[in-house]
Amino acid sequence: MNIHEFQARQLLAQSGVAVPPGDVCDTPERAKAIAEKLLADGAKLLVIKSQIHSGGRGKGVFKNGYKGGVKLCKTADEAFEIARAMLGNVLVTKQTGAEGRLVSKLLVALAPQIEKELYLAVLLDRSVSRPVIMASTEGGMDIEEVAAKTPEKIVREHVDPAVGLMPFQARKLASALGLGGELMNPAVKLISGIYRAWWENDASLVEINPLCIVRGEDDKRALLPVDAKISVDDNALYRHPEIQAMRDLAEEAPLEIEASKHSLNYIKLDGNIACLVNGAGLAMATMDIIQHYGGMPANFLDVGGGASKEQVTAAFRIILQDPNVKGILVNIFGGIMDCDVIATGIVAAVKETGLKLPLVVRLEGNNVQAGKQTLSAAGLSLIPADSMADAAQKVVRAVSEQAKR
Amino acid sequence: MAILVTPETKVLVQGITGSFGARHARLSLEYGTSVVAGVTPGKGGQMFDGKVPIFDTVAEAVKETGATASAVFVPPAFAADAILEGVDAGLDLVVCITEGIPVNDMVKVKRAMEGRKTRLIGPNCPGIVTPGDGKDSHGGCRIGIAPGYIHRKGHIGVVSRSGTLTYEAVWQLTCRGVGQSTCVGIGGDPVNGTSHLDVLKMFNDDPDTHGIILIGEIGGSAEEEAAEWVRQHCKKPVAGFIAGATAPPGRRMGHAGAIVSGGKGTAKAKIEAFKAAGIGVAETPSEMADTLLRMM
Repeated sequence: MNIHEFQARQLLAQSGVAVPPGDVCDTPERAKAIAEKLLADGAKLLVIKSQIHSGGRGKGVFKNGYKGGVKLCKTADEAFEIARAMLGNVLVTKQTGAEGRLVSKLLVALAPQIEKELYLAVLLDRSVSRPVIMASTEGGMDIEEVAAKTPEKIVREHVDPAVGLMPFQARKLASALGLGGELMNPAVKLISGIYRAWWENDASLVEINPLCIVRGEDDKRALLPVDAKISVDDNALYRHPEIQAMRDLAEEAPLEIEASKHSLNYIKLDGNIACLVNGAGLAMATMDIIQHYGGMPANFLDVGGGASKEQVTAAFRIILQDPNVKGILVNIFGGIMDCDVIATGIVAAVKETGLKLPLVVRLEGNNVQAGKQTLSAAGLSLIPADSMADAAQKVVRAVSEQAKR
Repeated sequence: MAILVTPETKVLVQGITGSFGARHARLSLEYGTSVVAGVTPGKGGQMFDGKVPIFDTVAEAVKETGATASAVFVPPAFAADAILEGVDAGLDLVVCITEGIPVNDMVKVKRAMEGRKTRLIGPNCPGIVTPGDGKDSHGGCRIGIAPGYIHRKGHIGVVSRSGTLTYEAVWQLTCRGVGQSTCVGIGGDPVNGTSHLDVLKMFNDDPDTHGIILIGEIGGSAEEEAAEWVRQHCKKPVAGFIAGATAPPGRRMGHAGAIVSGGKGTAKAKIEAFKAAGIGVAETPSEMADTLLRMM
């Protein structure tokens, strides 16, 4: 699960990481009030940041023509005007797609005087099953680009989960980032805090980009995370109710939310052939084989290993809410689950939804004969198939023939 | 022979009184697997279905029944504890079926298992089947949730992350009259006990396995590592399929580990690694068995 930047800042602060002063708001009046407070506390420059789950916000453009989802300003009145332009409008970035995201919250924060931008992230290294801290002197850039062009500028430190991050490891990282002298001890505190935020919150990613060397009012140098991204392991949310409460449904596709209510794993894609499959691997493979035969999958949909009649019906309802869908492929390998139960679910779903689109069904496995019988006895105009290849070819053909008519 | 388990392997089931564990313990018993014990803390002394003794701890179950392998069906929050209890009791093999275990729990489990003799398969996996001699492969060893009857005793090893995609491959083989030595589902999580590579090595060393189907999916780099080893060391024909070529980057496709992130873990890179290693790549998932059989 992804959370907003202002929420990530809260988690970091709870782990002892100092963040630039600031607050979140949802009205221009409130933005102005936060700005007044920050200016009264001595801030010279402020930043106003759209809170959506997307990178590239600064270069984004609002649908009303307003440019930039991240803006700097110097007065509370400017903060008010910027907030009024952003709030309630849809921001399009390179990551949101053309539909963009509605901005309903803003972070108003002190914009520090930045001397240098660094990069720091904690994530899981799957190849060794251990956490790894990645750091780079090339902050503020896309880390994938740094990894591709100048891999030597990324340092990695693995953490032994039995002992956690040791201070010497934080010192090694600080040293590699050039944070010696008076910045060494603050760097160790910061890196340890960021690792703690990763581990204690069951995060899958904590990314600080940029992590900045800043010059404070007293002319002293300090370290501040200027942007923060945190994703949390869905499987661990049960033990973090406070993070679960941070879920923002406005950031998720409505059909995916609906699917999750029925314990269905649904992801909307851009094609026009919907698929309904049991098991994630088989569901991916079904999408692949549709494309192999010239079609485009409209979704990923895993009904799980033991799908019920109700789940199959719900799955049909969800699939049919996607207006792009022109045909449906059902691919069930009923290992343990009874194919006849699935067939009964399909018949009920077709009747309930009044399905008019071509429907290809491939059933295999336990009690498959009874299942096939149930389907043919129902008198539906569905197209039976014997193998995955047969099913994919049939649905692609049916959809293209329908398009010609 | 076979790998990991034989029809003689004595199996215990952790979480045998839960509905999921009970159902699959019954199916394993019907398949002819020697399920010798169940473990549910607090229910020690009871009997499961009137024939399998239930113990409070894995250690007691091992001591009383001589079980060497375990199937873990406990809920996600308790799975790490259940796995390590099996390790502590000195089991040879723990197969964890549970889906939805927090990643950091598995990070700790893997660390705690370092230097121990127990092998972990899973989590979030369909388990293992070594088919038996009987009708519909009855009499084999089934640990987990795979349908036993789709198998047939023979000489092809199957290894995959996914459950239903494994069944698809097994069924393709069985329908062509070709049997399997052992079928292993290693699970769809980012941190798992046994990798594709670990299983490949076992198949390579198993005289009863003559060919291998290797099924991968997007995410991580385990398939690439397996392919590199095949290129250098594998003596047997290997055919493979990678699922997820059409999956959009940055989205998790059902399995917690099935995600293309930062340009890493793409199907394209994995397929290229397979081809470079001489692994026969099935063009579609319908051709997994045929691709291998053409190579043999």
